[in-house]
Amino acid sequence: MAGKRILYPALLLGGFSTLATVLLVAGNLVTRDAIQERQREDLLVSLRQVVPESHYSNDLLADPLQLPGPDGTPITIYRGIHDGQVTALAYPISSQGYAGEIRLILGLDATGKILGVRVLTHAETPGLGDGIEVAKSDWILDFNGLSLGDPPQEKWKVKKDGGRFDAFSGATITPRAVVKAIENGLVFYRQQKTRLLEAPLSKGLPVVRVEGALHE
Amino acid sequence: MSSDYRRIVKDGIWDNNIVFAQTLALCPLLAVTGTASNGLGMGLASTAVMVASGLLISLLRNLITPQVRIPVFVLIIAVLVTLTDMFLNAWLHDLHKVLGLFIPLIVTNCAILGRAESFASRNHALPALLDGLMMGLGFTLALVILGASRELLGSGTLFANAALLLGSWARFLELVLIPDYKGFLLIILPPGGFIVLGCLLAGKRLIDRAVAARRRRALEAIDTPAGEAAR
Repeated sequence: MAGKRILYPALLLGGFSTLATVLLVAGNLVTRDAIQERQREDLLVSLRQVVPESHYSNDLLADPLQLPGPDGTPITIYRGIHDGQVTALAYPISSQGYAGEIRLILGLDATGKILGVRVLTHAETPGLGDGIEVAKSDWILDFNGLSLGDPPQEKWKVKKDGGRFDAFSGATITPRAVVKAIENGLVFYRQQKTRLLEAPLSKGLPVVRVEGALHE
Repeated sequence: MSSDYRRIVKDGIWDNNIVFAQTLALCPLLAVTGTASNGLGMGLASTAVMVASGLLISLLRNLITPQVRIPVFVLIIAVLVTLTDMFLNAWLHDLHKVLGLFIPLIVTNCAILGRAESFASRNHALPALLDGLMMGLGFTLALVILGASRELLGSGTLFANAALLLGSWARFLELVLIPDYKGFLLIILPPGGFIVLGCLLAGKRLIDRAVAARRRRALEAIDTPAGEAAR
């Protein structure tokens, strides 16, 4: 009798767990493709913000490049290609802000000049640090057209630290973190330039090394 | 029977409101109520889960033995929330981007388990459904009032980004009530949530007390002939 009293609840719980698993697996199967498609669209939207469409004629997501970043974790680089040459690069960068990690995406042309930078996620203070969002302020647009020689690397700091870039009133840590992230991103470009600009063979085009032609 | 249903409606919206009377579910509440739109979205998502879990649990109540009821309830609610999360992500992706962070928080909403345990597991399907709906609407009401107060005081707008949540027809809801407002940061930040919630709780007490006092006076007026004449 005692065995029966244990058996029924056990079977009940087991049954419900199995049912829950089946439902979740089914839900996952039904939604997986749609979710992947949505995430692709999201990525493409953020890539288009940092790399103008006039700079490439391929599918940016088609053939991403994986390279080890400065801290060893792999970075995924999306490359814009036109006439068989790499004409634009976009990759995620990040640094520690005032409240957690700030993740950005950096878009460069083949010479290492910034085409655009946008914040993907951050947890900075609303009203103080969130001026790094393009929806809140134009501050992030100031980086367009700059590169690691313009201004020189020692000027890649906020004005308070003797650099070139404005900070927000009441918030220095956030802009400092963003400037640092972009500087690191540009240093990464300088170090990996050869491999970044190596045109992919995917379409049967000859490998065209463009770094010689585009040296500053 | 109909008075029972009226009781359920009144309990859910006001007398036994999840936030204002039971002070439950404060974790998701304070996290999302920076703007009225976010509050509305979270409230509606929670309502959907409450209705579904209430209905399911009341239908299964004779099957579930008391010993394992809590794990089974948790399992049902977790499955519902996870499925909601997946479906929103796949087919209402813009809404999911706004609410994405908060949907898993619905699981932490102890009010849902609370209603499952204290109401749905003891009642027929129809009252349980109505209870879930009304408790959910009461929760939504609390979220919207709190979100609107904080948004108005903190950034001078009302229902900002409502179009993102509800579609472009909702654009008329997006108001800038105080143009060139510099913002009141404290109210937007979590402490502001606690402060405004405290004021709202006190406000509900005041209203309840005023209503009770008026009812008492009305009763006294009936008791005395002078009052009868005055009426």
